[in-house]
Amino acid sequence: MSLIAITDVRKSFGSNEVLKGIDIDIARGEVIAIIGKSGSGKSTLLRCINGLETIDSGSISVEGAQLLTEARALRELRLKVGMIFQQFNLFPHLTAGRNVMLSQMVVKKTPKDEAAEIARNMLQRVGLGEKFDAYPDQLSGGQQQRVAIARALAMQPIALLCDEITSALDPELVAEVLAVVKELAAEGMTLVMVTHEMRFARDVCSRVVFMHQGRVHEIGPPEDVFTNPRTPELQQFLGMSQAA
Amino acid sequence: MQYQWNFDWLANYMPVFVNGVAITIELILVGAVLGVCLGIVCAWVRALGPVWLKPFVAAYVELIRNTPFLIQLFFIFFGLPSLGMKLTALQAANIAMVVNLGAYSCEIIRAGIQATPRGQFEAGASLAMTPLQTFRHVVLVPALQRIWPALASQIVIVMLGSSVVSQIAVEDLTFASNFVQSRNFRAFETYLVATLTYLALAIALRKVLDGVGWVIFPRRKV
Ligand SMILES: Nc1ncnc2c1ncn2[C@@H]1O[C@H](COP(=O)(O)OP(=O)(O)OP(=O)(O)O)[C@@H](O)[C@H]1O
Ligand SMILES: [Mg+2]
Repeated sequence: MSLIAITDVRKSFGSNEVLKGIDIDIARGEVIAIIGKSGSGKSTLLRCINGLETIDSGSISVEGAQLLTEARALRELRLKVGMIFQQFNLFPHLTAGRNVMLSQMVVKKTPKDEAAEIARNMLQRVGLGEKFDAYPDQLSGGQQQRVAIARALAMQPIALLCDEITSALDPELVAEVLAVVKELAAEGMTLVMVTHEMRFARDVCSRVVFMHQGRVHEIGPPEDVFTNPRTPELQQFLGMSQAA
Repeated sequence: MQYQWNFDWLANYMPVFVNGVAITIELILVGAVLGVCLGIVCAWVRALGPVWLKPFVAAYVELIRNTPFLIQLFFIFFGLPSLGMKLTALQAANIAMVVNLGAYSCEIIRAGIQATPRGQFEAGASLAMTPLQTFRHVVLVPALQRIWPALASQIVIVMLGSSVVSQIAVEDLTFASNFVQSRNFRAFETYLVATLTYLALAIALRKVLDGVGWVIFPRRKV
């Protein structure tokens, strides 16, 4: 059984249909890269999986449970599926450690000491054991993004959604974040990443989804998608991104 | 023409002034703490709250911001008892100040909330927090930090405005000054003392509010 089943999902903003019937089944432990041009609906798809956007039709299920719009059900889902954003979205008034502790204490009612312990472990895991007491504005972009990953991991999700998590970073900081993601992938975490890092997608991902104009245009293992693109759109896209 | 300064009376009337200062401090303490709490709740309603509540809060805010404080005070002190609410002058003054600051701080705090980047709400939601938990733990402190200087100014304005409570015989600093002046007939010196005392109070209040900001906002940037 697939961990995340996306079936004929449609989503419009006003008259602009952004997702035009998306079907993807994601198995446990898979690492999926979503690639495609700007405006092709990649972010919208991720946001729908996490319930940040509601879908107009179709269905999304996680571990067999339908994604519902009812608030409580949605929060249950978000305990299982974490999200990491392009802009990190750390809480600026809290230290790195507190950022990681907050949702554990507020949502899971984890006692403070235990939450701090977990936060330490998670920060260690992303290589920031030393930064427990640092505030976000004292950290580099790469470090902030790793704190954001630690924060998501602290909720013990079964899958992580990553939306261009290295796009806001200076080039020299990209590698440290990708290294953390690679590690997670190796540990068997299910990952769905929108990314422009084609090398990374090729090396780490089990499947690549090419989105074009709100549809899954091509999907397959990276070898196929990158070396034998079947459609002119993907050929053109890959040509573009190689040139870039 | 030479004015003859005379402060001989000051020692005798010192206790009256001290009592007046104490009442003024009490008024602003209660007014600021409860008024800002009320302002936070109202700001939450206006920025993020349930739609059916919004018109009520909007009406309250507009009513208070478009009527004189003195009339609000008279309404509470003289008006409410006819509805069966018996209030002492001090209670009425406390309520009037809370209600007044509540409305003004609501608008200030709302601006702070509305300047919150959308990503902060989404980060809270994606961590399975409820909207209220996100507001309380994620949004509120940076929002207050953004508008803290404006809020502090408003609190000082309300403290100075509290002088009108002497009109319902609350024995605040202004009441004390009027009382002393009516006994010593040294209007110039008496109101000079009152002026300098208000000035000192206002400066001290600003320092206190800066200090509070220092404690609750550990980071300079938001
Ligand atoms: N909240 C919204 N309201 C209205 N339109 C939106 C909204 N979010 C996205 N869109 C539109 O949906 C389309 C797809 O946007 P989306 O962000 O999913 O694209 P993307 O593939 O992630 O692009 P990028 O690579 O630039 O991030 C765009 O045309 C965008 O303008
Ligand atoms: Mg996007």
